Amino acid sequence: MSILQHDVPLAWYLLLSAALFSLGIVGFLFKRNIITVFLSIELMLNGVNLSFVTFAHQWHAVKGQIFVFFVMMVAAAEAAVGLAIIIAVFRVRATLSVDRIDLMKL
Amino acid sequence: MNVPLHLWLIPLLPFAGFLLNGILGRRLPKALVTTIALLAPLASFAIVLFSAAATYLPAESRNLLGPDPAARLVALPFVETCPLAWLNLPGLHIDFTLTLDQLSLVMLLVVTGVGFLIHIYSVGYMHSDPGYARYFSYLNLFLFFMTTLVLAGNVLVMFVGWEGVGLASYLLIGFWFQKPSAASAGMKAFIVNRIGDFGFLIGIFLLLANFGTLTFSEIATKLTANPAWTGGILTVICLCLLIGATGKSAQLPLYVWLPDAMEGPTPVSALIHAATMVTAGVYMIARFHFLFDRSPFALSVVAIVGAATALFAATMGLAQNDIKRVLAYSTISQLGYMFLGCGVAAYSAAIFHLMTHAFFKALLFLAAGSVIHALGGEQDLRKMGGLRKKIPITFWTMTAAVVAIAGIWPFAGFFSKDAILYAAFLQGTGGKILWVVGLVTALLTALYILRLWYLAFFGESRSPGVHAHESPWSMLSPLVILAALSVCGGWIGIERFSAFLSPVLGVRSAESATPHLELYLSILAVAVAVEGWLIADKYYRRKTERPAQIAAILPGLYKLLANKYYVDEIYNYVFVRPLLVISRYVLSWVVDGAILGGAAWLLGGIATFGGAILQRWQSGNIRSYAAWLTAGAAVLLLFVLLVSSPHSWSLSFFHVEPIHKVSHIAVTQLTQAGH
Amino acid sequence: MHLILFFLFAGFCLAGAINLLLQTHPISSALSLIVVMTSLAVLYLLLGAEFLAIAQIIVYAGAIMVLFVFVVMLLNAGREERTLGSRAAGVIGLPAVVVLLALLATVILHAHGLGASSASQPITDTKELSAVLFRDLLLPFEVTSVLILIAILGAVALARLGNGERTVSK
Repeated sequence: MSILQHDVPLAWYLLLSAALFSLGIVGFLFKRNIITVFLSIELMLNGVNLSFVTFAHQWHAVKGQIFVFFVMMVAAAEAAVGLAIIIAVFRVRATLSVDRIDLMKL
Repeated sequence: MNVPLHLWLIPLLPFAGFLLNGILGRRLPKALVTTIALLAPLASFAIVLFSAAATYLPAESRNLLGPDPAARLVALPFVETCPLAWLNLPGLHIDFTLTLDQLSLVMLLVVTGVGFLIHIYSVGYMHSDPGYARYFSYLNLFLFFMTTLVLAGNVLVMFVGWEGVGLASYLLIGFWFQKPSAASAGMKAFIVNRIGDFGFLIGIFLLLANFGTLTFSEIATKLTANPAWTGGILTVICLCLLIGATGKSAQLPLYVWLPDAMEGPTPVSALIHAATMVTAGVYMIARFHFLFDRSPFALSVVAIVGAATALFAATMGLAQNDIKRVLAYSTISQLGYMFLGCGVAAYSAAIFHLMTHAFFKALLFLAAGSVIHALGGEQDLRKMGGLRKKIPITFWTMTAAVVAIAGIWPFAGFFSKDAILYAAFLQGTGGKILWVVGLVTALLTALYILRLWYLAFFGESRSPGVHAHESPWSMLSPLVILAALSVCGGWIGIERFSAFLSPVLGVRSAESATPHLELYLSILAVAVAVEGWLIADKYYRRKTERPAQIAAILPGLYKLLANKYYVDEIYNYVFVRPLLVISRYVLSWVVDGAILGGAAWLLGGIATFGGAILQRWQSGNIRSYAAWLTAGAAVLLLFVLLVSSPHSWSLSFFHVEPIHKVSHIAVTQLTQAGH
Repeated sequence: MHLILFFLFAGFCLAGAINLLLQTHPISSALSLIVVMTSLAVLYLLLGAEFLAIAQIIVYAGAIMVLFVFVVMLLNAGREERTLGSRAAGVIGLPAVVVLLALLATVILHAHGLGASSASQPITDTKELSAVLFRDLLLPFEVTSVLILIAILGAVALARLGNGERTVSK
């Protein structure tokens, strides 16, 4: 059995998922542009999706994949609304820096 | 079979008068205020009279042997208890109990009777005062508390009345509160009273601790069940009660408030500071006679205090120039007599003197008020004179009172004072010393009261600009009634009086071996009084320049007497100033400023500091929020994995079944992904 | 085969993610994210989720990321500037992330019963997925469509210029 025939342990998929998730958090913590922060959030969601798919594969549970489907839908809705909010904030504050937008009152 | 007496109405009707006049009085027409104010004491007096009659009128009663001739409509003691208990604890049960027995009946007749007369007098005296309704509401309040005190069936109800009369006294002394001297006099009275009340309270606590009950009848029963119980703790209790009585009845050393209490209106002085409130101390000792009888030491203290006060106050009364001050010191002195009577276990004599004193002292005060009113507000004796022909009714009624207080037969004061002196004489060597003191005081009494009489009514008028006019009949009618009582109030005689009070106060078989001793002593007492009259006559009617010459010869003595032995000043330096210093420096700076202020500052500081921290935490900065979120998530995950798993942390990763563990991870990842 | 593909595309994922963090211009970050998503699609395929892989490309990479890019263009977002920042993010956030990652890794590595993916594993076909989706989970599906409708409405309402709304001229 050559190296090509080896199966990939599912734990690696999970590790990758955890890594993506953590990188997303790091981006959320350290990036200053609000759009980039939003991108990091999407990255976190993707990490979670990978974990779901992995476990769906583990137990052959279709519902796991359907959950991913729903997550995608919600992420889409959330991205739309979030970006609309960013546009609205940008109109008033003229800045995209997270640190400058620190008041509830625009 | 007892006819219901409704004793509770006796205090409650004046209380209703207090409420009505107090709340609505200013808006009611003066006639209505007067009616309410007079109706209440009259109603109380009527009920008391009815009760007295009911104890005397025979009732139909049959026992096995036929009609019972001794049965009356009401048998004393008559106890009324409120169905609602006051305190109902295991080990302590106190009711609102009103008890009518011979002693309280006598006191009630005096209180409500004289009180009613003084109410009538006040109608005339306070006629033009703007605080008319307030005055009568306070007066009714006083009656409420005084009747409660007298009718009390247990010590606690008596204490309510005790404190209440102190309160009413404060309100009435400071009635013209815009005058600073009146306001401070009211405060002085209340504070000095409170010092006495402290002793009274300690006495109540000790009574409760030693007897387990506060009802008079039960304490008496417990004492009769233990005939050998004397001295010891009972002495302590008696001395504590004596402190209370000293404060209320203005004996040494707590008498200082009574002369200043003359700042109040004259009817107030007559009612409260002559006839009724100040006699509450004597009444209390008489009520507790079964306790005092067990402690000869306490009785001696009472007697000595009484005699010393009597002498002391009489000397001060000689040098006063304000007519009301003379009478105030006279009151203190006569109260000393009553205490002397209690101290030699002649309680009936003390109560007898209480009754006659109420008559003539109230009359003296009311007549003095009439004199003051006649002169348009003048109270200084040095500016009076020659009023005999101008205000004759006042003059003659006051004369009756003056002769009565001097103790000259057959006026009222003679009988009661004589009974006390006789009882004192019989008490061994100490008693004889007290008798001498009492005799000297009688001389001084006659001296100062006749000095007052001569200065006020005889000689040339020393305030020629004032036109003296007689008082209205509303003020004169009580004077006449009291004068009649001062003349014949003592004719009941001490024997019949003691016999009447004996069911309450016990029987004193104080007879001496020498026959006619009492007669000799009485003659001696009257002689002394007449001697005092002659001295006064010499110095204040015929040779009126002599007193000033004597005062010039003995300036030190005169100043000492005129300044009341500087007792007020001594108290000021010894008690009042240190208290003020402590208040300012210890209480105000240390406790208020440092401790309480510091505690408040600390709390405020904590709140502010905490708020400052929280303020910086809530910065609005999303990134720091995210950081804290992540930290929280990490902590939660740690907690779930390490703490809440059933096994230790190392095992949990090996033996927890996968679905369980995976669901944890899935849940946490989901909650974070949804951010 | 699986192994090589896994390593390759997992590498692309991680590289894209790290690049997202390291780039300063948002457009570069967005493009990196597209790389991540596409790689994830391949990984889904490796795990037998064919429908999800395509949905990932169409929806995520094709629609959502395009939306992001449009917004970047619309707002003319420039490079990030150095701002005041937040100390808490570094001081508290970074250790927390490390702890989180460590915990997750520990749990994953110590887990029992995790199998392996292999080529012999069946692919979940779309027929199976749609049977569950449209039969058992029909209600959530319909609710999701309503959700998207609401999102559309919300986005339109938020992002349009209302009467008298302030704009800051650039």
